Parts: sequence; C-alpha cells; structure tokens
Amino acid sequence: MTDEPLLRVSALSKFYGSRIGCENVSFDLWPGEVLAVVGESGSGKTTLLNCLSTRLLPSSGTASYRMRDGQFRELYRMSEAERRFLMRTDWGFVHQNPADGLRMTVSAGANVGERLMAVGDRHYGKIRATAVDWLSRVEIDEDRIDDEPRAFSGGMRQRLQIARNLVTGPRLVFMDEPTGGLDVSVQARLLDLLRGLVTDLGLAAIVVTHDLAVARLLSQRMMVMKDGRVVESGLTDRVLDDPRAPYTQLLVSSILQV
Amino acid sequence: MTAQPTDIATYNFAYLDEQTKRMIRRAILKGIAIPGYQVPFASREMPMPYGWGTGGVQVTASIIGPEDVLKVIDQGADDTTNAVSIRAFFKKVANVAVTTDTAKATIIQTRHRIPEHPLTAGQVLVYQVPIPEPLRFLEPRETETRKMHALEEYGLMHVKLYEDIARHGRIATTYAYPVKVEGRYVMDPSPTPKFDNPKMHRSPALQLFGAGREKRIYALPPFTDVVSLDFEDHPFEVQTFDQPCALCAAENVYLDEVILDDHGGHMFVCSDTDHCEKRREQGHRGHLAPETPPALEKREPAQ
Repeated sequence: MTDEPLLRVSALSKFYGSRIGCENVSFDLWPGEVLAVVGESGSGKTTLLNCLSTRLLPSSGTASYRMRDGQFRELYRMSEAERRFLMRTDWGFVHQNPADGLRMTVSAGANVGERLMAVGDRHYGKIRATAVDWLSRVEIDEDRIDDEPRAFSGGMRQRLQIARNLVTGPRLVFMDEPTGGLDVSVQARLLDLLRGLVTDLGLAAIVVTHDLAVARLLSQRMMVMKDGRVVESGLTDRVLDDPRAPYTQLLVSSILQV
Repeated sequence: MTAQPTDIATYNFAYLDEQTKRMIRRAILKGIAIPGYQVPFASREMPMPYGWGTGGVQVTASIIGPEDVLKVIDQGADDTTNAVSIRAFFKKVANVAVTTDTAKATIIQTRHRIPEHPLTAGQVLVYQVPIPEPLRFLEPRETETRKMHALEEYGLMHVKLYEDIARHGRIATTYAYPVKVEGRYVMDPSPTPKFDNPKMHRSPALQLFGAGREKRIYALPPFTDVVSLDFEDHPFEVQTFDQPCALCAAENVYLDEVILDDHGGHMFVCSDTDHCEKRREQGHRGHLAPETPPALEKREPAQ
C-alpha cells in the first residue's frame, strides 16, 4: 500500500431543493481498499455514490482523486471530457440492474471490448482474445461470446457487467447493490468472484448495499448512513460485531437469522 | 432575380427565398469550416416529400447560379424518377442548363452514388442524406451523440464493426460505411456504397451533404482526408465484381444487378448510366450489348 489515499472526500453534500440527499460526508479511500456504504433505502447512499462517480454534481464539498501520475485532481473541477475518460479507463461502475450498464443489443464480446475500442484498440483479434479471457474470468463460457446479454440470466448479466468494467484495469470500482435481485446461491458465487477479483487486481471499491452480509464479505471498512448523514464508520468487523450508534445496533439486530 | 415568367406563379430564383438561401449558405460555410461536423439548419418544406432529397435540393437551391450546369443522379442513373424530377424542378425554377455529362456539370446532386468519372476542382457534389448521424442506430439519444462527437468518443462506432466481424467473419457493412474526416469527426457518407468511399478521400471537388428531415448540413472541402474506419487485422476494402459491365465491359466500376426475365436471367451493368453510355459511344461493348449498337438517341434530359 502506498502512503497516500486514492480518493479524498471532504464535506460532500447534495441537496435536492430543500431535501437532503447526503450531507457532510468525509472519508479517505486507500488503494486496494473496499469500503461498504450501508443503510436503509432513502438513506442517501446511492446519491453519495453518484456524486463520487461524478454522475451527479454535489451541492458542496470536494472530492479529489489521485491520478495514475500521482497527482491529485479535484473531480468536480475536471472538464467533462476528462471525467468521461476517467470513467471508462481508470474507473468502473457496476449498476444494480445490469441492463443499465450493458448494451443489451450487442454481443457479450462487444460489450467487453467496447472500453478497449474506446481507448483506441483497433485490432479485432486482440480485442476478442481479451474478451474471451475476461469472460472466462467471470465464469461465462467462451461459446456465449457472440450472444446478446438479452439471452443471459440475471447472474450472467451481472458477471458480464463486471467483466466489461474491469477490462481496462481500473483502480477504482463503484458498485451499486451488485447482488440485488439475485437468488442466494447466485449471489454467493458472485460475491466469491468479486472478492477474488478485488484481491487479485488490488482494486479499490466503494460498494453500496443494504445487505450487511455483502458488506461483511466484501469490505474492510464500512460507513452506516441514515437520513443522508453518516452515523457510524469503522472497520467492518468492528461495526458489525460491536455497533455503537443506536441506528447501527438496530440495523445489525434486524438481520434475519435462518 | 426571378425565373422565367410562367402563367401559374413566379418563383424566386431557385425556388427558395433569398433569406432562406443566406441561412443555408451560412450553414454550408460553417460545415466547410469544420469538415464532417453536422451543422443544424432551419430546413424548409419543399414541394416534395421528405426522403426524396429535400436536403440536397435545398443545398443545391442555395448554391446554384444562372451560369451553373446541373446534373442529378439517383443511384448513379440520370433517368430515374427522382433524378428526372429534380432536374426538371431546377430547370423550371432556376432556368439553368442541365446535363447528364459528369464532366460538363458544375453542380451534381446525387442520391447514393459518386460518379465514376473523376470529379475536378470547381465541381460541387451535393448529397441527399436520409440519416446524417452515424451513431444513431447505436445510441438513440441525440443529446448523447452530440456529446460523443464533441468529446471525440468514437469507440462505439468500432463496436458496430466488431459485431459485423463477430457475426459474419468480416466487416459486412456495405453502404453508409462510417468515415473519419481530417482525423476528427466521424461522418456518415450517406448511403453510398462503400465502393465510393475512396473517391471521397482528397477529392478536388467540394462535397456538400444535406439532410432535410433531420435538418443537418455537413461538408467536405476539397482535398479533405476521408478515412474509412476499420480494424488493423480487418482492413477496409471495397466490393469487387467478378465480371465486367454486360453492356460496356467496364471493370472496376460499381455494377447494378438487372433482372432480365422470370427464369433467373440477370445481368450486371454500370450503375453510372452516363459512364456506361460514354463508353459504348467510344465502342466498348459488353457480352450482352446489342449486335448493332443502337444510335444512342440524344435525349434532352428532363422533358
């Protein structure tokens, strides 16, 4: 690990008119670290994620990102061209609904290859070889490479979306409920896969989830949000085993036991 | 300046009013200044339906002068409905000379072909364009495609070519084949066969594109670099035909298939009728040409 964070967030707030989206959120994210943001729906975690990934502009506050050259750049001061370039090279965004993150009418191979072509790859054979490699890494059979994602199951779509995001070797991945809407066995395999990839590639990730088990499995650190504010943050195991804020205690005790 | 007096109505020269022509000329100038960029313009209703070349007609009407010689082709042919009608239109409303001879024309309005006879400096080629946006079928949002052009995000265009190769083993796009202009804008060359793409590259003629329904004008000034997109291991290549024109024996030209009877009989002939007739006048004969060459009747075009 380096001695500088990858992302510095300071006093980030987003208001929708007079309503609070998220308020006064500050944290540092280090390279290779997975941060989970948990909380009930409406607690502002998706707003926070969208602000961080520059899909939304915050009302106030700053976020600076350490670029590959080691320089910190303030995200909201970058030009749109730079931000979009960052989003398709150094970042990934895994949507809850794979249809939002995939091109449903082009083949799986082209979905994985799109980012490569966007950064200037012009060799069909190499693009296809990379796509094959990534499909196997997310456990999709090679003979499905020319099928459209429409013909894929929910779990396969989600894995394809992950491959599409990771193909350019990003350093930071945003995930919005990556296991939402999947049944438990598929969820377990996806989590296993994600955990492997994150460790192998040394990815930093910010994972938004309402599922504390997902947070426990994937993340080292977590933030608990309620009504747009961070009520508690700390190491994942500490927060889940010894919740301090009353809301976190409620959340932890609400987990269904099987 | 008015057209010749008629007993029905008197049109302003070349049908459009002068303010409209100035507006369109401004769009054309902007298009020429930014090769390949789609300039919005206030497209007018024309006395013909959308899809019949309203964009091309407006561009032609804005640049034509009394001294111009106009040629109109439709898929290469001077004698099809669209070509005949537009030629007659400008003969009536601008009283200009018309021709079918590519070399003699100063303005050539075309639907989906570039003439085989090489264009020269001083000529203007006006294309009728149905859908000017090359990214349209990949990204339906106009706001998004404009942003993609602005930020030069053209990875998606190669996704289409990738899909072609994945499905057909080669780039199967044969018309409206996307090109990159001066290393900057990706442009739809209108639905010309990709056979014609190389003719756009560094052409000495000015090339103007008008899309009436979509309200866009774009342009290629003379000697502009026009490069067809491709992959390193699947380079751009044009169609080849394994037989020459059945009437004039021309090779390396774009051929149309013509059905001859109900029993599968067919022949391939030049799509460029002017080129074909010229060659036959010079004595070139294909294998299906009549035994005694007919006296090629000199028709006055567009009666």
